[in-house]
Amino acid sequence: MTALTSPLTGYLLVAALLFAIGLAGALVRRNAIMVLIGIELMLNAANLNFIAFWRYGPHPEALTGMMFAIFSIAVAAAEAAVGLGLVIAIYRHTNTTELDKINRMKG
Amino acid sequence: MNVVFYLLAALTIAGGLAAMLLKHLIHAALAVTVAFAGLALLFLQLDAQFAGFAQILVYIGAVAILIVFAILLTHGAELPRGGVFSGTWFVGLAIAAGVFAVLGWAVLQSVHALPQQTAAPAVTVHDIGNALVGSYVLPLEIVALLLTAATIGAVIVAMHEKAGQK
Repeated sequence: MTALTSPLTGYLLVAALLFAIGLAGALVRRNAIMVLIGIELMLNAANLNFIAFWRYGPHPEALTGMMFAIFSIAVAAAEAAVGLGLVIAIYRHTNTTELDKINRMKG
Repeated sequence: MNVVFYLLAALTIAGGLAAMLLKHLIHAALAVTVAFAGLALLFLQLDAQFAGFAQILVYIGAVAILIVFAILLTHGAELPRGGVFSGTWFVGLAIAAGVFAVLGWAVLQSVHALPQQTAAPAVTVHDIGNALVGSYVLPLEIVALLLTAATIGAVIVAMHEKAGQK
């Protein structure tokens, strides 16, 4: 019962569930874009953990968790740009974004 | 734990689940936008206004649009013939379920060790700006460099190879 009265536990469980959903999507979907969306969900779940620990941790004025989350958002944006650029380049080369069909290392 | 938290958590989880389950890529992109919005609202609920609005700007404003562009540029709106899930989907599902079980077990085991500050932190955007150009100035510069390199790299990678050479 204490698990439900502690707010931090609720946020951590939501983040864990979101991470598992993103991981399942990244492992199960066949389209490369969906794999990238799954990775974005996992990064977001980690951000939720950072913010939740910052909010309920002992020294919020030190801003450590907040800064980590902000930099993580910036890095995730860079990752999305490069990842989707790679998907478009691969599509132009192989005419597909299905990962099962991209099975040659030689162009 | 109030009603707002449960509503936002349900919205976020439902958006994430829908994104991973929907067949059409465009629908999945819209569903993941709902999940991003739910996360931004969760950040606001956690008194992290700056991170919440940054989440809205970066994820809903940029990443979701980028995903839709990538789907449209790769004809991802057409349904694939062999189904949207890989043949070994049960392995991926088992791994994800195992990861969630371990994480959930760890969280529930450490309930009493977790910090329990109840007072809302009195942090303003002014403080965040001061910290960004103060003690966090080196990471800020590195992120600026990374974003520049990533933007140029994404353009070069996705550029047409035809004109002139190759």
